[in-house]
Amino acid sequence: MPLLTQPIPDESDYSLVASLDNVRNLSTILKAIHFREHATCFATKNGIKVTVENAKCVQANAFIQAGIFQEFTVQEESVTFRINLTVLLDCLSIFGSSPTPGTLTALRMCYQGYGYPLMLFLEEGGVVTVCKINTQEPEETLDFDFCSTNVINKIILQSEGLREAFSELDMTSEVLQITMSPDKPYFRLSTFGNAGSSHLDYPKDSDLMESFQCTQTQVNRYKISLLKPSTKALVLSCKVSIRTDNRGFLSLQYMIRNEDGQICFVEYYCCPDEEVPESES
Amino acid sequence: MKFRAKIVDAACLNHFTRVSTMIAKLAKTCTLRISPDKLNFVLSDKVASGGVSMWCELEQANFFSEFQMEGVSAENNEIYLELTSENLSRALKTAQNARALKVKLTNKHFPCLTVSIELLSVSSSSRVVTHDIPVKVIPRRLWRDLQEPTVPAADVSIYLPVLKTMKSVVEKMKNISNHLIIEANLNGELNLRIETELVSVTTHFKDLGNPPPASGHASQDHDPERMTEVHVDVRKLLQFLAGQQGNPAKATCNIVSNKMVHFDLLHEDVSLQYFIPALS
Repeated sequence: MPLLTQPIPDESDYSLVASLDNVRNLSTILKAIHFREHATCFATKNGIKVTVENAKCVQANAFIQAGIFQEFTVQEESVTFRINLTVLLDCLSIFGSSPTPGTLTALRMCYQGYGYPLMLFLEEGGVVTVCKINTQEPEETLDFDFCSTNVINKIILQSEGLREAFSELDMTSEVLQITMSPDKPYFRLSTFGNAGSSHLDYPKDSDLMESFQCTQTQVNRYKISLLKPSTKALVLSCKVSIRTDNRGFLSLQYMIRNEDGQICFVEYYCCPDEEVPESES
Repeated sequence: MKFRAKIVDAACLNHFTRVSTMIAKLAKTCTLRISPDKLNFVLSDKVASGGVSMWCELEQANFFSEFQMEGVSAENNEIYLELTSENLSRALKTAQNARALKVKLTNKHFPCLTVSIELLSVSSSSRVVTHDIPVKVIPRRLWRDLQEPTVPAADVSIYLPVLKTMKSVVEKMKNISNHLIIEANLNGELNLRIETELVSVTTHFKDLGNPPPASGHASQDHDPERMTEVHVDVRKLLQFLAGQQGNPAKATCNIVSNKMVHFDLLHEDVSLQYFIPALS
């Protein structure tokens, strides 16, 4: 492979080396969390986790397991850096964003360690692109402390069931209200916009409902502007798991099948909107 | 001054439509130069507006079944018309699958290029669509700004890679920087490069081949590995690439170190030359 002929330092000099036959298996997942300019990457021997946050209220994580890569080595226990995600995505899709049948872009990604740039070698049809993206000081990411033992309600839906609802959300509404309950209306999405309120109910026995485990009625509101970006992950996914914990925190887990049929996960955490006293509104 | 011409062959008509679409993508306004044998679409931007120039040439005999023209005078048997490229391409779009197309220089309160399209119809009655495209007749004293540009002696000439790949690369590079470096050598290698504080990206094309050097040219004794570079405005390069449909029969890139890049393309029987000046 022509990529290997690139003059690169000795393999062991790198704290992270990853190669991929089809770059879209990485770029598609990263696009699903691209709602802010910067991302933090954590690599361990299990794979890479890329995190994007906004307003200290929402966090998106994309997991790309080591198995997705054809080669994946991490020299240290964990490797962390912050990177401009917009630039990274432009580089990864340098040979075009839409797939061309019969051509794949191969990727080799190397990172020497703290203070070094992230090197990308991309190859398609004998043409090689070398990118050197400067990395930044990693920032502390939020810990939502979302623990499965505290989960009150959990629903797994086929994504198509939520796709239309999310693409048609009334964006004049400040919040999206999610009702999850063991009794009617079971699962309800509500908005309160300029043109009135709207409620969308999913019956418990719907074909779209893969699993329904609600133990207690919970009604929580989330800023619609924070949830809207998750639509990017939703459109790529085949299933979505919606969970809320005892504090009303929301976890959305999207299961995404890549072009090679492997499964990746993208996860969104969002904290509930605080109740605004009547007098202030 | 007279001009009237007719296309009846469907393939010629489609080809002429494609040329006009390409011109519309490359230049907002252009000059149409009409001479007894040739048609030229000319762009010669002032340095202030970027300094890009274009010279597109086609043999009238390859397109038109009838072609009559009478220039300004017998010695200057040419006509120069300034027009908005898109008006012409939009008019010609209605000519797809038409039976015939006529182009005529008319004067309807102001000078116009009248394009009449005879459309096919199921019944025997024929339908004709007429477009009057306003033009400005360019006076003779301004002609000398619109002559075929002299191709400067290039430091490196190289065949271009597949334009579609080049276009997607330049499109992404444009998102990152507005300053692009084109470099090439006599060993068939061409690089596109951008460099910003945050990132550097280089795309390497190789085994492209170099056209045989013009005899007596100085560049022969130059080290084949040595790169000659030129810095250009990414948007201008992208505009040129976005205007290309399909792959040309021949595409050459000539680099004059730190001065300009010249693209020389041959699409069937239409030749296109495009000059982008270097950024200082």
